[in-house]
Amino acid sequence: MSHLLDRLNFLESKDLETFSDGFGKATRESRDWEDTYRNRWRHDKVVRSTHGVNCTGSCSWKIYVKSGIVTWETQQTDYPRTRADLPNHEPRGCARGASYSWYLYSANRVKNPLVRGRLMKVWRKMRETMDPIAAWTKLQADPILRASYVETRGKGGFVRATWDEATEITAAANAYTAKTYGPDRVFGFSPIPAMSMVSYAAGSRYLSLMGGVCMSFYDWYCDLPPASPMTWGEQTDVPESADWYNSGYLLLWGSNVPQTRTPDAHFYTEARYKGTKSAVICPDYSEAAKFGDVWLNAKQGTDAALAMAFGHVILREFHLDRQAEYFEEYTRKYSDFPMLVKLEKQNGKLVPGRFLRADDLDGKLGENNNPEWKTIAYDEISKGLVAPNGSVGYRWGEDGEWNLEEKANAAETRLKMSFVLEEDHDDVVGVDFPYFGGEAYGQFQTDADHPDVLTRNIPVKKVKTTEGEIRVATVFDLFCANYGLDRGLGGDWVTSDYADEMPGTPAWAEKITGVPADKIAHVAREFADNAEKTKGKSMIIIGAAMNHWFHMDMNYRGVINMLVMCGCVGQSGGGWAHYVGQEKLRPQTGWQPLAFALDWNRPPRHMNSTSAWYAHTDQWRYETLKADEILSPTAPEGDWDISLIDYNIRAERMGWLPSAPQLKTNPLQVAKDAKAAGKEIPAYVVENLKSGDLEMACEDPDDPANWPRNLFVWRSNLLGSSGKGHEYFLKHLLGTDHGVMGKDLGEDGGQLPKEAKWHPDAPRGKLDLLVTIDFRMSTTAVYSDIVLPTASWYEKDDMNTSDMHPFIHPLQAAVDPAYESKSDWEIFKSLAKKFQEITPGYLEKETDIVALPILHDTPAEIAQDQVKDWKKGECDLIPGKTAPAYVAVERDYTAIYDRFTALGPLLDKLGNGGKGIGWNTEEEIDNLGALNGVQLDGAAAGRPKIESAIDACEVILMLAPETNGNVAVKAWEALEKATGREHAHLAEGEHGNKIRFHDIAAQPRKIISSPTWSGIESDKVSYNAGYTNVHELIPWRTLTGRQQLYQDHLWMLAFGEGFMSYRPPVDLKTITKEVQDDGDNLVLNFITPHQKWGIHSTYTDNLLMLTLNRGGPVVWISEVDAKSAGIVDNDWIEVYNTNGALTARAVVSQRIKEGTTFMYHAQEKIVNTPGSEKTGHRGGIHNSVTRAVLKPTHMIGGYAQQSYGFNYYGTVGSNRDEFVVVRKMKKVDWLDREESWKAPAEEAAQ
Amino acid sequence: MFSNFDIDFFIFGIMPYAALTILVIGSIARYDRDQYTWKSSSSQLLRRKQLILGSIMFHIGIITIFFGHLVGLFTPVWVLDALAVPYWLKQWMAVIIGGPAGIIALAGGTLLLHRRLTDPRIRATSSWSDITIMVLIWLQLVIGLLTITQTLQHMDGSEMVRFMNWSQSIVTWNVNAWTTVVDVHWLYKLHIFLGLIITAFFPFTRLVHMISGFAAPFRYLLRPGFQIVRSRRDRALPKRSAPKSTPAE
Repeated sequence: MSHLLDRLNFLESKDLETFSDGFGKATRESRDWEDTYRNRWRHDKVVRSTHGVNCTGSCSWKIYVKSGIVTWETQQTDYPRTRADLPNHEPRGCARGASYSWYLYSANRVKNPLVRGRLMKVWRKMRETMDPIAAWTKLQADPILRASYVETRGKGGFVRATWDEATEITAAANAYTAKTYGPDRVFGFSPIPAMSMVSYAAGSRYLSLMGGVCMSFYDWYCDLPPASPMTWGEQTDVPESADWYNSGYLLLWGSNVPQTRTPDAHFYTEARYKGTKSAVICPDYSEAAKFGDVWLNAKQGTDAALAMAFGHVILREFHLDRQAEYFEEYTRKYSDFPMLVKLEKQNGKLVPGRFLRADDLDGKLGENNNPEWKTIAYDEISKGLVAPNGSVGYRWGEDGEWNLEEKANAAETRLKMSFVLEEDHDDVVGVDFPYFGGEAYGQFQTDADHPDVLTRNIPVKKVKTTEGEIRVATVFDLFCANYGLDRGLGGDWVTSDYADEMPGTPAWAEKITGVPADKIAHVAREFADNAEKTKGKSMIIIGAAMNHWFHMDMNYRGVINMLVMCGCVGQSGGGWAHYVGQEKLRPQTGWQPLAFALDWNRPPRHMNSTSAWYAHTDQWRYETLKADEILSPTAPEGDWDISLIDYNIRAERMGWLPSAPQLKTNPLQVAKDAKAAGKEIPAYVVENLKSGDLEMACEDPDDPANWPRNLFVWRSNLLGSSGKGHEYFLKHLLGTDHGVMGKDLGEDGGQLPKEAKWHPDAPRGKLDLLVTIDFRMSTTAVYSDIVLPTASWYEKDDMNTSDMHPFIHPLQAAVDPAYESKSDWEIFKSLAKKFQEITPGYLEKETDIVALPILHDTPAEIAQDQVKDWKKGECDLIPGKTAPAYVAVERDYTAIYDRFTALGPLLDKLGNGGKGIGWNTEEEIDNLGALNGVQLDGAAAGRPKIESAIDACEVILMLAPETNGNVAVKAWEALEKATGREHAHLAEGEHGNKIRFHDIAAQPRKIISSPTWSGIESDKVSYNAGYTNVHELIPWRTLTGRQQLYQDHLWMLAFGEGFMSYRPPVDLKTITKEVQDDGDNLVLNFITPHQKWGIHSTYTDNLLMLTLNRGGPVVWISEVDAKSAGIVDNDWIEVYNTNGALTARAVVSQRIKEGTTFMYHAQEKIVNTPGSEKTGHRGGIHNSVTRAVLKPTHMIGGYAQQSYGFNYYGTVGSNRDEFVVVRKMKKVDWLDREESWKAPAEEAAQ
Repeated sequence: MFSNFDIDFFIFGIMPYAALTILVIGSIARYDRDQYTWKSSSSQLLRRKQLILGSIMFHIGIITIFFGHLVGLFTPVWVLDALAVPYWLKQWMAVIIGGPAGIIALAGGTLLLHRRLTDPRIRATSSWSDITIMVLIWLQLVIGLLTITQTLQHMDGSEMVRFMNWSQSIVTWNVNAWTTVVDVHWLYKLHIFLGLIITAFFPFTRLVHMISGFAAPFRYLLRPGFQIVRSRRDRALPKRSAPKSTPAE
């Protein structure tokens, strides 16, 4: 009854008996205290859900609920079994996932809609007399009122709002922005749809119905490896983790599997038990390093040199001195090795130029369809030139020959890989290759022994073309020369001795990377030897690390080259395993119509975030990297001496990259003007662009007409995690206190951009309204104007998939959303409702004009085989060909909600599809109407309902080939038409297989093989990328149709990246004399890997995780570096450069390589972060010392695989080339004095 | 009946019982209902500054004073007489030990109170009772030290004996206990009054950690064996006899 009274029994003996010779004693003392623990683990129900975080885990979890409260979670153990010789998937999950339920009831939970106090005060006052849109209009028109809340961003002062008020302000702002500036000034940022696809779709559907901009994430996170689209025409397709087990040799390259792929790591362990050999490459002694048979601790940023040396050894021993039959057959069929490259004259010397194409030849080899897009090889059977099947020219405009059969023009072929033999070549000529090894700076090893142009001898054939006789060489011959391999042709800069320090050799790589040459040769030999014996079962697992360098393409292409040389891609147990932040959206084609409202309007507005943030946060105004620093010494004549933003502007103008905003004039107005002028919209836009009456917004990002005005951030922590150039975001986009310490180009007297208009005074505070939707008070939320509380991952219905396993998972509402929170689906639905309520009379049915870049996987992708800029008069402005297409889209602003909640009619009319194939889907729409019911009234009467999140899940599942066997069969049949081959057997028997939401709630389900992916789901092999390319002879979606190791676009050649080579990190010059204080002498390379103590790359405020680590931000440094700056472990240190400053505790460890510092990603400034002495503001986050820098080669478009696709290609936000000053802090100031917090808090309380 | 209400009777005759009742019942109730709130609520994790010195000084002083009062007030007078301890000597001991202890406790308490009121983090995480109890103790220390000035005026120990008699009368249910302290200086009265308030307040504050000491696992030091089985049985197993050895066949 009572804890105390029951114990008042001192007179009774509690002893029973003793045992074990008196060492044990039995007693009957009270055991009531046990009930505490029993109650702690008692529960009413268990619900299956998962963590919708942007890790690739996608693990199935049991969520325990007691009395309506989530109490804890444990791993599910009921995955479908694997086949007999493969370990099962369990256990999946990690300590981070297990700590998640802490968030639900933590103090950091957002419990109510919050509005910035000053904004709310004004709003309520204005609403007394005005309607919502009038109130917002008035507020924006008054610069003092606007500044009053803009300047307080990040300084506290939120007040509670009702849902009605919060959605009203937001909807009014959206409507005002659409009407005043254009709907393309409403931005939305949300990453990784796969982690909770309905939540993503909720926001993107709302934005797409309105005409707002959906921003990409994969490129912005710099997790997108542009080398993948360049080589394969595919964003990132990788083997599932179970396939590691099938491998014979695992090379872990900068991937820390046990730490960052914890749920999958068991396959690595199991593979090791099976006998798989493993080498681990990383600069620090990581957790993965312990798994390796050998650890190669290459210097950070020099991976490409290591890859080159590996390639050098593999080529020497397996392709040249001895020709491994498997490798030769594989590369002949599946790579561009046999393709012919024109050697072009430049300043009297020869350089590798464009691929030889059918239209270069007289008669075009009889190819009349797209001859300029059909590459040429030499055929040993017919002893002549052929245009082999499969190149991109065969993909569009004709059917049946877009395949990898060894055929050309229906005749058998055997393509020649090399002209090295005396009888095969007509001549041996010197060809120039750029060499960048001499450009290194700072702590990176400079190779001054070699010039910047290396002329090497190449065997060539002479070919008669329309331009006369020219010399051509095979990609393979050029490729070998590029690796510095002596093939007995004489000449300089090649060698047959590994110990020779010639660029490409192991000895050369040892100098740059610090890895002993003999180890390099050993690992390369073993890797290739295993691949030869197992037919390609050598695999390279990569993390983001290598991809975050400015010259990431070189690192990645070096790795890809090794895999292609060894025939590993597309073979089970082999290939390229890049696991970074992509989390494969398996039912993608079912999801797209829902997410981008393709059922109502097409096309949606997509934007590549890196270019957008670079422009809109004004990071371009501080650009320190000039194009000539990265230009190749072999670049052709051209206007290359422009700023990086100028390259981006050209790319947007030529239709290569998307734009947001698109035109300086409101597109709704442009459409009205066109109508008034009585002209077709595209023609009207073209005419006015040419005359200059219409301008592209990208040409003047600082003009108020071109600012992004509203920004939604949901499922994301843009400002606390991924925002490279964090302080620039604060300064220019938000207009609040910031830590930028550098000067812009104007103040600094630098070279100003030519294309971008320069305003002497940069704008501050471009955003009118920042709305963040989150369940916790993240850094982004802290800086927002409105914070909407969303349901956590245990409080909503949604779906989740991963590239690491083939299952589709549910998220389920184990409990109702706590406090006043709502699911993302419900939040955007309520916004749509509010929008529809307040806009009539202000916005009606309107015509919008969407600028559409030239997209990959569409017939337009073969638009520009030559680079021509219409603005310079080099060609005419042809929308969709030499410039973006301008597409009229009818929007009904009075029916946003009706459309949001119903599946629109456009799918019936245009069908569904993806990645270049399409199919009719009327049957599925009928089924959805029967399943979800149909809307009875409103603007969407008669259409299938999408009211609840589960309705939305059913739409995805019904439409996607991966989850509906009937669609899979249709999709394969659609592909069959293009390739002229039979593929439907891959979905054989799946007709009736339909996965429903309730099926996955019962158990995760394996998806069905679909042609939108390059691997298959089967009981014979694990999912592996490129599998159908190799085994079904489906071409890669590249120019040559093969794995393309040579890139011949003009810009690729200009920047010296036709072939892969080692390029040292670039000098960003962020440590200037002005910023560096006297006595601060420790300068280190700033590396931001993924961590162990935060939930992947997003959450570091979890108390349980903080308790396991140091309880706040930390920076790791080596013992030697620490000593030199007088830093001991756990000291408070400050890290700074011109971009900003951050504070953290030092972790001094021998596992860190000297010269580097690790600050694990996304340590926010909301927990235990003091103020910076340098900036006077709180801490800073890891991105306070970084700034995004664009690379022109990532802007290329309209060129087969190098064409834009959302999250597929585009500029990426690299951040690893950054250097910082590290010093011990003199005084730790928590900025918690009254004056630093009292004023805004008191004001909010009023 | 209120016409002849005597405030002294109320404070020194009734309040002690009220306070002790609240102390006992309140503590039992808290222990039974809210075991996990039974703690000292240290704020050391939020800020060490001022805490370490303040806390050590305060605790050394206050523990000395606490036991000084306990022994001083509740030792029966006849024990003193039997041990032939003169009253003036006991009073001097009280002043000499209690005075410095009081000063140390006050110094420490001042540091702690200052920290609690001025440090924004500590202030923000302090409950009403955290602040109130600290203020009360601080005042009690000041008043207690002030009473020394009175004590020094009659060093024969007579006043002290009155307090001893009062305390002991209270615990021996003597209805007239209150009359023994009616005539003492108001500073003493205030001191006793505050003491009773603190006593009554005890169960609702972090002061309960004073009793936590009873739960300390002292018994572990005297443990009989290395494994304790907390059985659900309420009687011992029958003693097993040693297994009989079976002769090998």
